[in-house]
Parts: sequence; structure tokens; C-alpha cells
Amino acid sequence: MNPSPGTGAKCQLLFTVNGEARKVLAHPMERLLDVLRNDLALSGTKEGCGEGECGSCSVLLDGMLVNSCLVPVAQATGATIVTIEGMSAHALMIPLQEAFLACGGAQCGICTPGMILAAAHLLEKTPEPAPADIREGLAGNLCRCTGYQQIFEAVAMAARRKVRK
Amino acid sequence: MRADPAEFRLVSPGDLQVVLSLLASEPTEWLPIAGGTDLMVLYSAGKLPNRKLVNIWNIPELRQIEVFPDTIRIGAACTYTALRGHDVVSREFPLLAAAASWTGGIANQNRGTLGGNIANASPAADSLPALLVYDADVTLISVRGNRRLVYRDFHQGYKQTALAADELIRDISLPRRFSGYVSHARKVGARNAQAISKVCLAALGIIANGTIRDVRLALGSVAPIPLRLNETERSLTGKKIEPSLIGAVRQSVVGEIRPIDDIRSTARYRAAVAANLVVEFLEKLAAERTRA
Amino acid sequence: MEPICLGNSQRHSGEKLHLLDPGRPALPGRLRKAVDAVSIEYEPLPPVHTMEESERQSTIIWGTDNAFKSYLIEKGDVDTVWKEAAHIVEGEYFTGAQEQLYIENNGVIAAFDPENGVTVWGSLQCPYYVHKALMALCGLPEDKIRVVQMETGGAFGGKEEYPSMIAGHAALLSIKSRRPVKIVYDRMEDMVATTKRHPSRTCHRTAVSKDGQILGGEIEFTIDGGAYATLSSVVLSRGTIHAGGPYYWPSVRIRAKAVATNTPPHGAFRGFGAPQSLFAMERHMDLIAQVVGISPVEVRRRNFLKPGQTTTTEQTIREDLDLDHLLDRALELSDYAAKKARFAEENRNGMRKKGMGIAAFLHGAGFTGSGERYLNSLVGVEAGADGGVRVLVSSAEFGQGTNTVLCQIAAEALALPYEGVAIARPDTTVVPNSGPTVASRTAMIVGTLVQSAAKGIKQTLMKTGLLGDDYTPEQFRASCGEFIRTHGALKSYARYEAPGDVYWDDEKYRGEAYAAFAWAVYVAEVSVDLTTYAVTVDDFVALQEVGKVLHPVLAEGQITGGVAQAIGFALYEKVVWQNGRMINNQMTNYIMPSSADLPPIRVFFEQLGNVHGAHGAKGIGELPMDGPAPAIVNAVEDAIGVRFRSIPLLPEDLFEALQPEPPKQQGPSSTRGTT
Repeated sequence: MNPSPGTGAKCQLLFTVNGEARKVLAHPMERLLDVLRNDLALSGTKEGCGEGECGSCSVLLDGMLVNSCLVPVAQATGATIVTIEGMSAHALMIPLQEAFLACGGAQCGICTPGMILAAAHLLEKTPEPAPADIREGLAGNLCRCTGYQQIFEAVAMAARRKVRK
Repeated sequence: MRADPAEFRLVSPGDLQVVLSLLASEPTEWLPIAGGTDLMVLYSAGKLPNRKLVNIWNIPELRQIEVFPDTIRIGAACTYTALRGHDVVSREFPLLAAAASWTGGIANQNRGTLGGNIANASPAADSLPALLVYDADVTLISVRGNRRLVYRDFHQGYKQTALAADELIRDISLPRRFSGYVSHARKVGARNAQAISKVCLAALGIIANGTIRDVRLALGSVAPIPLRLNETERSLTGKKIEPSLIGAVRQSVVGEIRPIDDIRSTARYRAAVAANLVVEFLEKLAAERTRA
Repeated sequence: MEPICLGNSQRHSGEKLHLLDPGRPALPGRLRKAVDAVSIEYEPLPPVHTMEESERQSTIIWGTDNAFKSYLIEKGDVDTVWKEAAHIVEGEYFTGAQEQLYIENNGVIAAFDPENGVTVWGSLQCPYYVHKALMALCGLPEDKIRVVQMETGGAFGGKEEYPSMIAGHAALLSIKSRRPVKIVYDRMEDMVATTKRHPSRTCHRTAVSKDGQILGGEIEFTIDGGAYATLSSVVLSRGTIHAGGPYYWPSVRIRAKAVATNTPPHGAFRGFGAPQSLFAMERHMDLIAQVVGISPVEVRRRNFLKPGQTTTTEQTIREDLDLDHLLDRALELSDYAAKKARFAEENRNGMRKKGMGIAAFLHGAGFTGSGERYLNSLVGVEAGADGGVRVLVSSAEFGQGTNTVLCQIAAEALALPYEGVAIARPDTTVVPNSGPTVASRTAMIVGTLVQSAAKGIKQTLMKTGLLGDDYTPEQFRASCGEFIRTHGALKSYARYEAPGDVYWDDEKYRGEAYAAFAWAVYVAEVSVDLTTYAVTVDDFVALQEVGKVLHPVLAEGQITGGVAQAIGFALYEKVVWQNGRMINNQMTNYIMPSSADLPPIRVFFEQLGNVHGAHGAKGIGELPMDGPAPAIVNAVEDAIGVRFRSIPLLPEDLFEALQPEPPKQQGPSSTRGTT
């Protein structure tokens, strides 16, 4: 059952964001990124390019990593969405946070929410990733500050810590 | 973000027949949108001319991958991630799986679709050369029924396809007869990940008794459409791979393609690299012969 | 300074002509209608788009000769060296524009009310620069302008000056409309309109002895400033002073100028002129080696500056500098000799050619000469009744570790745990002006002041008898509480004092250019793929002497990040210009390296100390930008024997250089030629 009445007008959309049922009134072609930031005040998801190149707008949509700048909000109706704010409940969050701190994985921090989401997505599918897996899993997230090395070390460290547990 | 969402309509019937009726009722008015990885970029830049979009992301018939003894049928809205993760696709159609792995990063692979890649018809699209060498068929549907088209005939000019205004791509079929072939795919972009291709090769070949029995070559980004190198293939079939052949092949490749200068690269570079990629494939083929 | 908004002439494509307020609610559609409703009549004038056109002076677009600024450095007697020279080596080198590409675009929010004046919250590096600009623009006094630096998603110099422009626009709109105004650029706008690294051309003519020693030479260094002067004279200054590299020049004449073109003004970007002139110097050293018939390693050894010798500006090297040792260590860490031998063998066959390249360089930290005196930085530290300490500086955090390092320094000075020290958000109503966050000056200059100010807190408490020489954090807390109950606030300030032994002559451009130089040797290992003509960096060693490493993880992060950006500068990042406008202004078409393109970047430090820096630290933020490009292009020449002189070096450029016949028509990639 879909709520869009088929005009340019706003329509009501229901989805689950970070474990909570949320309702927004939005134009169907608003970008999921903008609805998250402006309507739901979840500003942890960032706009770096608006073209799906930089990955700083990454969120999990029904468990899939997507660039929210490329998702019309109407396509997310009924979906389960996790943003960086919702990651605090995620089992990987503490290992990732600790590893990012220890390795210097965040410098200015703008790419970090996207990197964390991409890392969580990777580690969920590949709990013991090889370096090439980490490189591939995060290839869609651009970082201008770190040169990536310390981010990859952090993801590898988080994987090791999680597996050990 | 340079578009005003209030000016756009996006309807989401969730039902294939309703979608087709909509397309039939106002041909050229309604633009189907699947994963949005091409259309939303245009939209954000304020460059999407259409104002009415119909969502096909949630049409179940378009997302199946069906395996038959002789063919595999891939729904148009199958994502690159789904392709990469499918056993038969990765085993028997490695060129397609490779192309799927080159397209963007994981996030874009989760949303980009094979049908979208075809319909968007960019000559630089990563998966199209693979479909050409795998002898793909496409099924197009509308309220008027289904029709099957040889994929080689689908692209007719720069961004011009055989798709009628009221039609959708339903699925892409590939014959399951390429397991014995040597396959080679290479994409040349401005960087190793997340790049639009400057030149892209999908190649298949079979060598028997030192002679090329069958060879299939398709290139992206060297013409207004993805190109099957028919002339070059003809000149190679039945030949032995020798140094004199290599020189002739270079010339043949360069003669068949029509690359341009654009914001990403130059015609001369594309021509030279296209020829180099084909030569690289032939050397790989020759090495297989030696091994066997 | 570039005008905020235009009257009746437009000098570049990114200039703003009108500010439009779409009213409330601010719907995108309404704004679009407003923009479309404006019609502008243009009278086209002949444009100047390149440095060469500008120098020809057939069209004058600035002053009388299109030059914003020039410098002349003269040391020794250049005119006499030519006749003694066994070789005279000439070379011309080019670097292109580069976009900072911080992942967060430029943006500000401004609000005005008649009582409080203007407040601007922004993504910026220098709150007091914006403050000063707004005072002038809005005609308001100091206490009626408030600028607050918010979390800033990367800057690299690209938010040194441009925020004043946007802040001005937002402030004016806010004053006029009496409503808060938010202006955030999208990526396309940011790339097209804001500052980039200055393109450069460096010409070397060098007199060399038969043993490969530099006897003297002439260096001509030219940068493209764009349509307005802005920071060009300062970028020019740094590039000029670094043009001679880490070498001893008995005589030299360096002529430098910044010229005007009709492009959006170029500006600050990590390195600030030094990456440009050092690219030339390090490529030229390899050329000198070839001409003389010695190795790139040997030519550097024979020319390295030694303690007691003077630089091109006649600054005496007073520290225990041993560049020979740095070179030895870098060669060892990179396995240079063994790899060179192996590659020479392996390169005979196959489509992949490998090479090794070296770059040796220096980077002066802080402002040139009297710059710091002019900045006259002021720093504060305050303590609360609960013993919590807060650092008060206008230095902005944008990923380089300002907040961490300055708190470390304060904590160390006060013998308190790091967790007990906080740092105030740079808000011009709260923090003093400790100068702009540029020039790799924060740890070194501002850090020293933080140290002094923190000690001042301690001294105040000790003087009042509330604290002994040795104390615990609890005792510190108690005495703060006591002091504040009696005296009110507990604040200590420290102001910059120029070191007595740093003399700089601004007219002759001679003397102690920088309080400290950091030194480095970088080694690049590359592969050239002759199927695709792509260059890949396979391994990279970055060895630098930085005085003192204050925070190992942050320091390493600065180097790896800087090297990654410089690899982009060398091999990937090309600005495509058309009629003075950047046309590849999208991330799809302006290519920065992805993680799949970068090698392991192996970082190593040496520490000689620095009397002018907190705990002996020298600035390191910009240093890593200087070395990678020449090291890489040197390595490419080692691999395939082609002498490239221009960056970015794209596969299309390699392809053209390797063709037997020249192209029928010039392609879009501007190959400056080889040899």
C-alpha cells in the first residue's frame, strides 16, 4: 500500500528510523538525505557531493548500504533505516569507535559517519575481512584528510576485537 | 540540490500492469525510476527534464533471477549486488559479475540496476559490453504485450534505444553456453574505483588446435553506443595468434571504433588503449592455448 | 581583496553580481524565479586566461602590467658564475590548479539584529579574518560583529579567505531582510567559484660544476593569481623563498611574480606556493644529475645545506641538520638500491615498468619574517572553580588536531591530566585573536603561547600562596576554587614575542625567513602500465625531521593525508578550464584518489627540536604536500625515461609522450611537452 497520491504535493510517509516509527510529510521526490536532516533533525548524515560519489550520505536502508542523496524518499516508505545516530545501538559501534580513536581514523570527521556505516555493513557480511575486502567495502567513501590508511587500520582492529569477543 | 521537489511527481503503484497502463496512457510523460543512481544525479543538478516519475523499484516481477537449463533470465531491476551474489552469474558470466563490481562503490551497487544501465544507454556503461558478447536478449513489455529483441539491436544511436515510449525492459536473457570460453574484462577509468570508464573491454574467446575458433569483443566508451567489434572478430576467427596478427588487429580495432575527445579523455588515447586491451586479451588467449 | 558584490564590472566567472532574498518561506522555486527575473546586459571585454597571455600584456586587466606582485632575491654574484660552469642546465616546470575538495562545502549562517549586530556561524579557518571583513563591509564596530567557527569538515586552506566572502553575502542579506540567512554552497558551486591552488611556471637556469655542485643560478617563478590579488603576494612569497630547496646556493637570483587572469582568484592550499616551486627544484635536480652523469642520490648529497651555511635568503642553518643522514635513512627504508637494480632488470620485459624517485625538501613553519610580529597573537587560558581548565584561542580545528594538541600542551604545562583541559569554541566574543589557522603555525607558535598562558595560571596561584611547587590535581582544583571565591575569574593571557634573533629585511627579501624549517626526504616507487599509460604509486616512504612529535597518531595522520593529497596533485587532479571557468566541477569529473589508488604510506620521523616551538615542535601540516609530486615524476622518468615537466601527469599525457608522431590537434589535456 503506497501513500503517494501522485501529485507534486506532499504526502505522508511512514518508516522506521533508528528503531523508532517515524512519520513525515514530504514531497515524494525529496531526497532521503534531506528528509533525514531537515524533517527528522538527524544531521549526522552529511551531504558532500549530491552525486553519489563521496559516500558521506550513507545510511542503511533495509540493511543495505545506500547513498541517501540518491534515494527519493517515497521509495523508502515502509523501510527500516539506520543512520549514524542509530549506530549507538549497534553491536559493532563500540569496537569501531574505540578503533577509530586508537588509530586516528577520524580527522575532521565529516566522512566518519559514512565510513562507520560502510564499515558496519562490511563487518556484518564479512566479520574477518582481508585488507582487500576493507578497501573494497569502503571504496565508495571518500576521505580528504586521512589518506585512508588509518581508517582501514581502524576497521581491521574493530574486526579483530569483535571476533575475539 | 538544484531541483524543486514540489515540481515533481513520483507515483508508486507497486503493480506491473498499473505501471504499464500509466506509460501507455501518457507516452513520453512518465519516466520509470528504479535505483535512481543515474536519474537522481541529473535531478540534483537541476538537469532532469521530466517532471513525472513512476517507481519501478518495488515491482517483484522485475527483480527475479530465473535459471533454466539453457538460459538465465535477469529481471531488469536486479541490482549489481544481486548479480555479484548470484552463483550462476558469477560462475558462468564472469564478465557481467566483473562489470557489476566496477560500478561505483557498494552503496551504488546496492541500488544500481542492470535495466537502468541499459535504459540510460550511456556509451560508458560498464555492463553493456558484457551483454553484447554474451548474446543477450532483452524482453520489452507494454500494455500491447511482450517482445523479444536481440540486445545487439537495442542501441541505435547516442542515447537512442529501441524502447518505445510506452515500454519497459522486463528482463535480460543470456544463453548458458560460455563456460568453456576464456574471458577477459578490463575497465580503464581515471582511478581504480568509482570512475566512469574511458575505455572498457569485455572479451570472450575459444582456441582449439592453436586456432581461434570463436572470439567476441565489445568495447564501451569508444562510440555513441557500446560496440561489438564485428569486423575485428571476423578478421580473427580461424586464425592462429602470431605477431603479424597482433599488428593487424590493432589497426582493425582502431578502424572500427569512433572515440571522441570529451571532458574525461581524448580520442587518440581511447583508440590506443582500446587496441592495447584487445591485444592484451589475445595474448591471454594465446597463453591459454599454450597451457592446454 | 576581492569585492563582495559587484558594481559594474566582472573580472571572473564566479563573481557575484546581485544578492537576492526570496522572502519567506524560502522555497527553491521562488528563488529560481527571482534569479530568472534578473536580466544583466554584458559588454564583453577581451579576456586573459593564461599566465602567458597575461605576461604578453597585449590586454591589460590589472594595474599597468597585469602583475599583482613581484619579488627579487639576490645572493652572491650570479652574473659571474656562468663562465666557471662546466654545465649550464636549463629547465621549465609547470604545476596546475588544484581544488582543496574538503568533503564539507563552504557555508555560513548569518543573523542580524540592531541591538547585537551581526552574528555569523560558519565552516571556516580564521574567525577573526571574517570578523575584520564584516566590520569593514557592514560598517559596524568590533563589538557588534560576532563570528563563531562551527565544526568544519575539512579546509586545507580553502576556508582561509573565501568564508569572508560568503559571510559578507549572508550578513548583508540578513541586515536587509532582518532574518537569519543560511548560504551553503553545493559541490558544483564550491568548485567553480572558490579559491584553488595557484598554477605555476618555474624556469631554472643553473651553473653547475663538473662534480655536480650548484655554483649559482637564476630562478624565475610565476604564479597565476586569478582576477584579484587576494593572497597571491603571500603565496608568491613562500614559493619564492622555497624555490632553492634544501640546497646550498653560493649565488642565486630569484625573480618571482604573480600575474592576473580572468579566472576566479586562486588562494591558499596546503603548502601555499612551496609545492609549486619545490616541484620544479626537485625535478631540476634529477636533470642536473643526468647532465653531469651522476645519480639523483649523489647530486643531492653534493648540494645539501649543512649547519653554518646559508639559504637563498641568507638565513644561517643553526640546528644540527644532517640531510645526508635523512637521505640515507629514507633510501634504506624504501629499499631504494635493491629495487633500482631489480627494476632495471625487470623493465626489459613486459608491459609494466617500475621506477624509484626521490625528493628532498624543506618547509618553513609560521608566517614569513615579520608576519608573526604583525599578527601579534594573543592566547588565553582560564580555570574554573571546579579546577577545569579551558584554552582560549581563535585557532580552528578542522581535522589537523588543534584541539587535542593545544589541550595536551596546556595539560602538560599545568601537570594536570589531559581530561581536565577543555578548549573553547572559537567565538570572537569569547576567545582572543591568536591569529589565523594557517601556515603550519598552530602547534608551534600558538602552542608556545598556550604553554605560557597555562604557566601563568600556575604562577598566579603560586604567587597567592594557594599552590606549592608540586601539587596534585585535587590541590589544583581546591586552589582554583579558593582563588575564584576571593578574586573572581582566573584567566591568564600570553602575547606573541618575536624571538630576538630572527631578522628579516622585507625590502631585500633577505634574512631569517622562518623561525624554523622542517626537513624531509620522500621516496616513491611507481609502476607505469603501458597498456593503459596509468601511473600507480606502489609504495611511499615519507621521512621528515619535525622538531618534536607532539602526538604520534595525529602527526602520522597529517603526513599520510598530505601525501594522499599530493599524489592527487601529481597524478589525478586536473582542473579543466574553458573560457576561464572550471567545467569539470563535479566529483565525478574532478578526480581525487580513492582508497583503491593509494599505496601504503610509510611515515617516519626524526626530532631535532626547535627553540621557537612548544616542546620543540615545528609545523607539519603543510610539509607533506611538497615532496610527493616531484618524487613521483622522478620515479616515472626512472621507469620509462621520459622527462615530464608538468603536473598533473595524466595517462593521456604519458600516452602522447610515448607516441612516435605528434597529435594532429591539441587534446584537452594540456601537455606542456617534455625535454
